[in-house]
Amino acid sequence: MEALVSIKPFLAVLIPLIAIPGILSAKNPNVREGWTFAAASLLLVVVGSMVPAVLEGKSPAFQMVRIMPHLGLALRVDALGLLFALVSSSLWIVTSAYSVGYMRGLEEHSQTRYYCFFAVALGATVGVAFSANLLTLYLFYEMLSLATYPLVTHHQDAEARTGGRKYLVYILGTSIGLVLPAMVVCYALTGTLEFGPDGIMGSTTGQGLTALLMLLFVFGFAKAGVMPFHAWLPAAMIAPTPVSALLHAVAVVKVGAFSILRVVTGILGVDHLAGLNLGTVLAWIASFTIIVSSLIALSQDGLKRRLAFSTIGQLSYIILGAALLNPAGLTGGFLHIAMHAFGKITLFMCAGAIFVATGKTHISQMDGLGRRMPWTMLAFLAGSLSVIGLPPLGGFISKWNLLLGTLEPGKEPFLAVLLVSSFLNAAYFLPIVYRAFFCAPLDRDCRGPRNEGPLWAYLPPVITALISLVLFFYPQPFLALARAAARTFTGGG
Amino acid sequence: MSSQFPALLVVLPLLAACLMVMAWWFRPSLCFPLALAGLTGAAGSALGILYKVLTGPDLLYRLGGWDPPVGIVYVVDKFNGLVLAAVSLSALIGLIGSRTNIEQEQHGKAGIFYALYLLNVAGLLGIVVTGDAFNLYVLLEIAALSGYALIAMGDQRAPLAALNYLFMGTIGATFYLLGVGILYIQTGTLNMADLALRLQPLYGSTSLLVAFLVIGMGLGMKMAFFPVHTWLPGAYTHAPSAATVLMAPLTTKVMIYILIRLTISVFTPEYVFHGLGLKTIMVWMASAAIVAGAVMALAQRDFKRMLTYVVVAEVGYMIGGLWLGNATGLTGAILHLVNDVAMTLTVFLAASALIQGMGGRNIGGLRGMFGRMPWTMAGLASAGLAVIGVPPFCGFFSKWYLLLGAVQAGRWQFAVALIFSSLVSAVLFFRLFETALFPAPDEKGQESGSHQDHGHKGHGSSPPMRLAEAPLSLLVPLLLCSAGLVALGLATRSIVVNLILPILPGGLS
Amino acid sequence: MGEIVSQIAAKYNYLAYIALMMIGFYAMIAKNNLVKKIIGMSIFQTAVILYYISSAYKTGAGIPILSHGTGHGHGEQVIRAADYINPLPHVLMLTAIVVSVATLGVALALAIRIYDRHKTLEEDEILEQLKEK
Repeated sequence: MEALVSIKPFLAVLIPLIAIPGILSAKNPNVREGWTFAAASLLLVVVGSMVPAVLEGKSPAFQMVRIMPHLGLALRVDALGLLFALVSSSLWIVTSAYSVGYMRGLEEHSQTRYYCFFAVALGATVGVAFSANLLTLYLFYEMLSLATYPLVTHHQDAEARTGGRKYLVYILGTSIGLVLPAMVVCYALTGTLEFGPDGIMGSTTGQGLTALLMLLFVFGFAKAGVMPFHAWLPAAMIAPTPVSALLHAVAVVKVGAFSILRVVTGILGVDHLAGLNLGTVLAWIASFTIIVSSLIALSQDGLKRRLAFSTIGQLSYIILGAALLNPAGLTGGFLHIAMHAFGKITLFMCAGAIFVATGKTHISQMDGLGRRMPWTMLAFLAGSLSVIGLPPLGGFISKWNLLLGTLEPGKEPFLAVLLVSSFLNAAYFLPIVYRAFFCAPLDRDCRGPRNEGPLWAYLPPVITALISLVLFFYPQPFLALARAAARTFTGGG
Repeated sequence: MSSQFPALLVVLPLLAACLMVMAWWFRPSLCFPLALAGLTGAAGSALGILYKVLTGPDLLYRLGGWDPPVGIVYVVDKFNGLVLAAVSLSALIGLIGSRTNIEQEQHGKAGIFYALYLLNVAGLLGIVVTGDAFNLYVLLEIAALSGYALIAMGDQRAPLAALNYLFMGTIGATFYLLGVGILYIQTGTLNMADLALRLQPLYGSTSLLVAFLVIGMGLGMKMAFFPVHTWLPGAYTHAPSAATVLMAPLTTKVMIYILIRLTISVFTPEYVFHGLGLKTIMVWMASAAIVAGAVMALAQRDFKRMLTYVVVAEVGYMIGGLWLGNATGLTGAILHLVNDVAMTLTVFLAASALIQGMGGRNIGGLRGMFGRMPWTMAGLASAGLAVIGVPPFCGFFSKWYLLLGAVQAGRWQFAVALIFSSLVSAVLFFRLFETALFPAPDEKGQESGSHQDHGHKGHGSSPPMRLAEAPLSLLVPLLLCSAGLVALGLATRSIVVNLILPILPGGLS
Repeated sequence: MGEIVSQIAAKYNYLAYIALMMIGFYAMIAKNNLVKKIIGMSIFQTAVILYYISSAYKTGAGIPILSHGTGHGHGEQVIRAADYINPLPHVLMLTAIVVSVATLGVALALAIRIYDRHKTLEEDEILEQLKEK
């Protein structure tokens, strides 16, 4: 890829952070949210403006500071990073609109703090997406962990405290305890941490050491929720729903999956892993998480908890895609970042909209809700179908590519995993929709006439549901970016 | 004038300390400006020196015009230039930040407190700048004696804690003196550069080994190296806040400076790392120190006492880094020395404000502090993140070098200890943050509302929390330090390339 | 064996200082009374001071003051180092004595403060009192 010195990646990281003084100083809530919207829109413009250049094979890069003799904080945009940044920044706008409806609808306290840390989290997410080396990625990864903590514990009660504690123990514990040593060992072995298209390990590193490093990274980036380091995600559902929607369906968890993708492709190297036959190990780890989390999701009655376990499973699809180590699998994995994001955020925002309108959090209370909130439940249906991977919704495209990736000799078991999991997805999503539309209303709250709560709370999920629909017919620029990224890493020209 | 910087460094605080007693008699209002002037002068000199050694050759200052090895010389190279700047700035910032605290806690004795403070700083700066082994002993005792007195000005239990410190400190200093005596008998010189030359034929002799061990043990006691750390937690916990702010960042670090200085400039790495065969055991001991410090910190309920155990653990970082015996480890040790001065200063500045604010030292007293003292807590948070080792705070980068050095040397036990201690620090500090994030007891009433609809039209009406922020004279230095932690982190490359790599001696693996 | 004995006999002074040092050390570690500990500390320091001083001694040498020997009035003589004991350790120990006196002073002052507060100098009793609080 042709490097291109540009300040745009740095601007993209900076824009959310620049908004913070504005958010803090605004006297009027509308002005405050104005700052958020301005920053989000500007961010999308800056990120979007880099798409043509990246598709042409250029990669805008920016060196922030040389921090150690051979290691600096540097940003570089490639197709994979841009894909992720594009998803996060476009969904930030939608989520901000939704936050207004949700937070004001519930008259939440400390909203200024909430919007501030939300902006920090977004800046960190974009930073992870654009990191040019593992050190920079680690920095933004930790920044995201810390910025999310006040959001998780927003309610400041005993439950939030437990959830927040679990969140920190898992996230900080693994990043310090597993990723940091792995990073140091990598640096000691190779003298660099720059992501390269073929990895930096080279063929000199033996199977045992590579396997150890791979496991340290895969479990260390616990934001990806690979079992057994997944338990923080259901615990973090204590956060306000917009946080769960953007951070725990898109930004934070995808940062984990994205970091694993980065390490697999940029540090360990696709060819290196394939040569040592370690892709299969990773694929089995991911498969285990996919199946087990889906089974757990079946038994959850709390809507957000069910969605959380679903997310854990879907994240491992991304990792499975990377573990297949072939162009189709990688494309599917990369694309799933985008497709799952639009689908899952729809589901979370629906869950929040239901809570704002009726105060309901459990699936068993939602019989007949479709009569009162038809638009919300239709959006929920669309989101479910996308996550299950049925046409005509975006999720189908990523799953299709993943399936193509498994059509290689020796990878048939993973085809079965994907099919079983899709079946399980359907089994835990569709009953919710069925209950809402076809069961008799349980109580007065579920009965008509139509009353969907504040417009700002139910419009955003409808919008993201529509986007999911559009993405099936026109999956650009995500598909092009995912293909370009997969090409780079598999050396397919 | 600028050629006199090395002497002014020590003379200015010393002179100010002497004048202080008079000022205290006649014009108590002059005490603080006088102390400020003394330390500003010292800090200015230190920065001037740092600039000079950065741009030119090392400095050699002959006291009284006598040539070495007969006369006492002050020698400044890039290493102690860096440490001098760190020590003097830390002392100056600590003084400014502690002013209100000193005047409240010490009532009529503020003048004496300032005088002792200045003496302590003069001693520490002298230790760092001197090139004479015996002169170092005298300055060591100046710093130590003023330190005992400073600690004794603390709470009810302070005199006993100070006396314990005095016993340990005196044993340590006397051991050092004994070791220097052996070196003197062997070589007939006390000048460090001269010693290094004359010791070369003696490598392998028992007497040199004994001298090294005795000096090492003495310094180990003074730097609170586990298991001879026992004096430190008591002394620093019961000392006045201002004394802790001065001593916790500096005393242990300056002792480590002496050890590193003697290792690289007097005994030389060839002898210490290759001739002695102590590397393995020392790295094990350092790892043990780190783990023990971390675990004991975990067991504390007293906020300040917990932080003192963190200091104990940090000593292990630097000793371990030194004894890895490779260039990366030593770089990490020196870098961590500077970073740790900054981190510990920030931690204890924040602690002094919080202890004042909550009127006690129990961790539980921190409840609601994010609401009451948001800026102070932000300062504590940044220091905590630096200690845990989160980039871009400076602690991460020195830990990076230490870890890398451990991996390169194949000392896995040290790497494990470092990671363990980072994890424990995370627990320690997030326990504080968590406590402080949740509302204070008197606002707790509404919190026990129904769990079903937490936040559901619940907290919107909670009354605005009372702000009781620390005085500006403390807050500004504190936030300056916090910013400094990030700045130091981002400046890692400049420090390493310009100041540390040039002074790394040969003979490192 | 005989060699060891003769070595010990030749360096009896050093052995004496080591013995002194250990006595002081023992007192500091094992004694319960704070003043006894302080006395131990003083013995400990004195041992090292004596060690320095004895290292300066030379058999048959005089004090290092310039005298012109026996030949008064017979012109200047060459100053031979062997005729004088080494003055430098003495000077150094003057400083060390000052330091140790200062340490002693601080230690005693602290002991007085402790006595004022607890009305005892026995360490275990003080700790007992502190525990009760």
